[in-house]
Amino acid sequence: MAKEEYQTKIRSQDLSLFYGEKQALRNISLDMYANKVTAFIGPSGCGKSTFIRTLNRMNDLIAGVKITGSAFIDGIDVYGPGINVVNLRKRVGMVFQKSNPFPKSIYENIAYGPKVNGITKKSDLDDIVETSLRGAALWNEVSDRLHSSALALSGGQQQRVCIARAIAVNPEILLMDEPCSALDPISTMKIEELICELKANYTIVIVTHNMQQAARVSDYTAFFYIGELVEFGQTKNIFTKPVKTQTEDYITGRFG
Amino acid sequence: MREHRKSFIGFLAMRLPMLATLLIILTIVLIIGDFFFAGIGHVTWEFLTQPPRNANTEGGILPAIIGTAELVLLMSLAAVPVGTITAIYLTEYARQTSIFARIIRFAVNTLAGVPSVVFGLFGLGFFIQTVGGQMDQVRWDQRMKSLHAVIAAPASPVAGNHIATVALVQTYLQKADNGDWTDQATKLNGFPRGTVARVNADIVERYFRNSVELNWGKPGLIWAALTLALLTLPVVIVSVEESLRTVPRDIREASLALGATKLETIIKVVIPNSLTGILTGSILAIGRGAGEVAPILFTGVVYSAQEGPHALTDQFMHLGYHLYILATQSTNVEATQPLQYATTLVLLVLTLALNLSAILLRSHIRRRQVA
Amino acid sequence: MPDQQTPPREPLRPGAGPEGTSAHLARLETRPSFTERNRRIGERIVEGLIFGIAGMSIIFIFLIFYFTFREAAPIFFGSGKTVETAAVMDDYRLPGEKPEADTSSAAASGDTSEVYNPDSGAPPALPGDSAAAPAVKKKDAATGSPKGDTSSGSEVYNPESGAPPALPADSTPAPASAATAEQTAKTNDSNSRLIVGNDYPILDRETPIKLSYLYYHNWQPNSDHPRYGIFPILVGTLKTTLIALLIAAPLSILAALYTAFFAPKRLRETLKPIIEILAGFPSVVVGFFCLMTVASLVQTLFGIDYRLNAFVGGIGLALAVIPIIYTISDDALRAVPGSLREAALAIGASEWQAAYQVMLPAATPGIFAALLLGLGRAFGETMIALMATGNAGTFSWNFFEPVRTFAATIGAEMGEVQHGSPHYQILFLLGVILFIFSFAINLVTEFYVKQRLIKKFRGAE
Repeated sequence: MAKEEYQTKIRSQDLSLFYGEKQALRNISLDMYANKVTAFIGPSGCGKSTFIRTLNRMNDLIAGVKITGSAFIDGIDVYGPGINVVNLRKRVGMVFQKSNPFPKSIYENIAYGPKVNGITKKSDLDDIVETSLRGAALWNEVSDRLHSSALALSGGQQQRVCIARAIAVNPEILLMDEPCSALDPISTMKIEELICELKANYTIVIVTHNMQQAARVSDYTAFFYIGELVEFGQTKNIFTKPVKTQTEDYITGRFG
Repeated sequence: MREHRKSFIGFLAMRLPMLATLLIILTIVLIIGDFFFAGIGHVTWEFLTQPPRNANTEGGILPAIIGTAELVLLMSLAAVPVGTITAIYLTEYARQTSIFARIIRFAVNTLAGVPSVVFGLFGLGFFIQTVGGQMDQVRWDQRMKSLHAVIAAPASPVAGNHIATVALVQTYLQKADNGDWTDQATKLNGFPRGTVARVNADIVERYFRNSVELNWGKPGLIWAALTLALLTLPVVIVSVEESLRTVPRDIREASLALGATKLETIIKVVIPNSLTGILTGSILAIGRGAGEVAPILFTGVVYSAQEGPHALTDQFMHLGYHLYILATQSTNVEATQPLQYATTLVLLVLTLALNLSAILLRSHIRRRQVA
Repeated sequence: MPDQQTPPREPLRPGAGPEGTSAHLARLETRPSFTERNRRIGERIVEGLIFGIAGMSIIFIFLIFYFTFREAAPIFFGSGKTVETAAVMDDYRLPGEKPEADTSSAAASGDTSEVYNPDSGAPPALPGDSAAAPAVKKKDAATGSPKGDTSSGSEVYNPESGAPPALPADSTPAPASAATAEQTAKTNDSNSRLIVGNDYPILDRETPIKLSYLYYHNWQPNSDHPRYGIFPILVGTLKTTLIALLIAAPLSILAALYTAFFAPKRLRETLKPIIEILAGFPSVVVGFFCLMTVASLVQTLFGIDYRLNAFVGGIGLALAVIPIIYTISDDALRAVPGSLREAALAIGASEWQAAYQVMLPAATPGIFAALLLGLGRAFGETMIALMATGNAGTFSWNFFEPVRTFAATIGAEMGEVQHGSPHYQILFLLGVILFIFSFAINLVTEFYVKQRLIKKFRGAE
């Protein structure tokens, strides 16, 4: 394991983002390692969600956004010339803050990604749906009602459907934007277990405002404050002996 | 004293709006009640299933019902796809600052404000005379080519530089090509200088070329439907746009994050989620189209027909126009009064039912938006 | 692809360890490179189509203007159209053949349009009436009135039946020979230079029209010496529009005030759809309601001579306009920030003062837009005007006399005119006026009202 410790999967270099005149991210540079969980913490509005959305270029969808700097995935700049955003997003999956299943059946939700990737054979789709649901620790709960609406599930189950949906297209990276913010403690625990399990196969980047969660699930932690990366390091270091006082203030809850 | 006056003004100011509302609602109730009680006794099975008889003074309105139905169906076939696609462009593709989108919105608003009778004029000037006229001309030019061959054939009395009477040419045409030209031969009866006039091949052809046979270039179902489609386009656009906007942004993002393209997202996620809205738009458009008479006055409606239209170029009867004719043009307005009230009731029930279902669907969508 | 190394934890679910997962996901093994270009030509084409179809609304506006104006253009640019139809006409003579009658007059006069005779053999390219034309002409000649005039039997004042029934033999519908047509043309040609009566030039039905013919008080287009003065229709339109707005504006703005501020919350949500039902009534039904019920009511109440008149028509138009003004005003009033009302109440204003003195002024631009759109609708409404105004082409300022509006004139007369004739052109001209009017209203709401609205609310917040 030690050998892979420093295999960089994602590298952001001098990344800045502007909403019109307002600068939301200031020269963010950091590396995220393969098969590790990197957590982003910081107060609301500090730019952590904005940052992970730059990695699969979801910010492109918002009018008036301007981005400078680079974000490399496997050494390729996703803001470089000739990038196929659609293919990029196939390799960088995303789970959103609010669970957002399509108003379709569970099966259709999971099969959607593979279908847009050109997989049409029913048996293949069945396999993918089953393995993805198993991967998201949901199979046992829903296997008997795959064709009922995903919206009928509980919040935690919906979020796991979204995770299953994201892994169904077999991405390398999973971006999770506060995936547990709307969930109860038991569902949160299940998702956290799941994250630990998934990192064997994926590079995971998670945004959370729950510091205990960051401490529980992540290998690395980055602390953001007003669009700037204040501190980045191994989780155990950040939480036990932070270098910057800002980080310490935030972690110890002394923050305004 | 001052206090008194002030409270009186306050009393008026609070009561007048209520009275105004009450007055409007009473008028609505009066209209519906008036037509319901005056018409209900005359809406019989026979009335709904029989064609009109005796110059529209007796019988039923079946052809008008069929004509109206076919008209609005054809209309929605044209208006719904175009309207939906425009709405998709406006909500999904256009940026907020886009000038093109702004011009489109302005055009849609203008379209919604153009008086309906102007649409009728446009239908006449554009669809019938320009589009239909061209279609006829092209077809007629084809026909003229074969006619030229027939007239120039050696057997023809006017072959070469020969001169013959119109009657001779007529007899020849009646037999030519196994009777393919009988219709044209008959047309020679109307030759301005009579059938005894002497003509050559050139004149015969010129005569035929000038008498284009109208098929598309005259009022008909298709042109009336297209004219109405233009009129109802804004209704569809506004309504579909409203429902597209209620599709949450996060499920769009979820689809894009899975590597779906924008178009895939629109087709597989956005449209299925706003089907109710598209349906509402279609129903509203049909409700509006079914009641409009002015645009079809000169684009295809007829006074009386025994059956519904069979072809796209057929003229048709229409419920609203039928009512207008009965109420203002009939030879015996008094005698047809029961028919008038019954027709009104049918038309009113039809449009109100469409509008009510659209309102219900729409409130359903709005509830979803809140939830 | 991630490694196959077994993680330190044991799998939570039997039979679905990460190995199994990987094996299945291997179906998607070949991950697309995100530097590779996908052409997606199909999608490009579809998106181009979406763009194109979205732009169609703009094209339609241009087409509507162009094709309405094109038919009316000869009034402005000379008689191109009539000459064209005349060119289609042909006497089909052999080159050397002597004409039976003297053709030189028509040829020499240079006014070829007068040769045009709709009743002779070859029908011009005219929609659907090659057979119907003579019949129509016969009807017109006999009654001297368009079909819209006899709407309610004898009660309707009909100016045209009162007009001198000039019915010379030359308008007999029997298929005239080329010779008679030319003679007619000759007579009319000399007549048209005479000036009689109230200065109106004596026209023939085929005389190309000039703009100067419009500035008169007589609208008698179906007479044999037609008069195309548009003032009676202009005044008629203004009268009915004014009445409609005078009735509809206070009613609907007050109703909007009620539903936006005064009504209990639950009632408010039911009242709006109910009032909007009025917008769903087909205009021909509203017209019929006015024709039967309102007309009788008004006649009984005011004891007037004419059953159908500008006032009845105005009431009908008001019914069509109320839902428009109401809906937009209601939206405008609801859009006013509630904080304004609270501020007013907080400084001791009563509920009604807050509504009338604070909220209503704040919503003025929206209400102004509502009134403008209502005006546009009233101005261009056809069927109600056609059925309820009496359709008299006489000039009068009296609100209780029958009138005729622009839209109703088009609706009543368009069906029966000869394609390309002066009457036809002038009806299209009326259409152009209606179009330009509605376009102007829209321009004002789009640019003036919206700007003011934006300014106002920026100031308010």
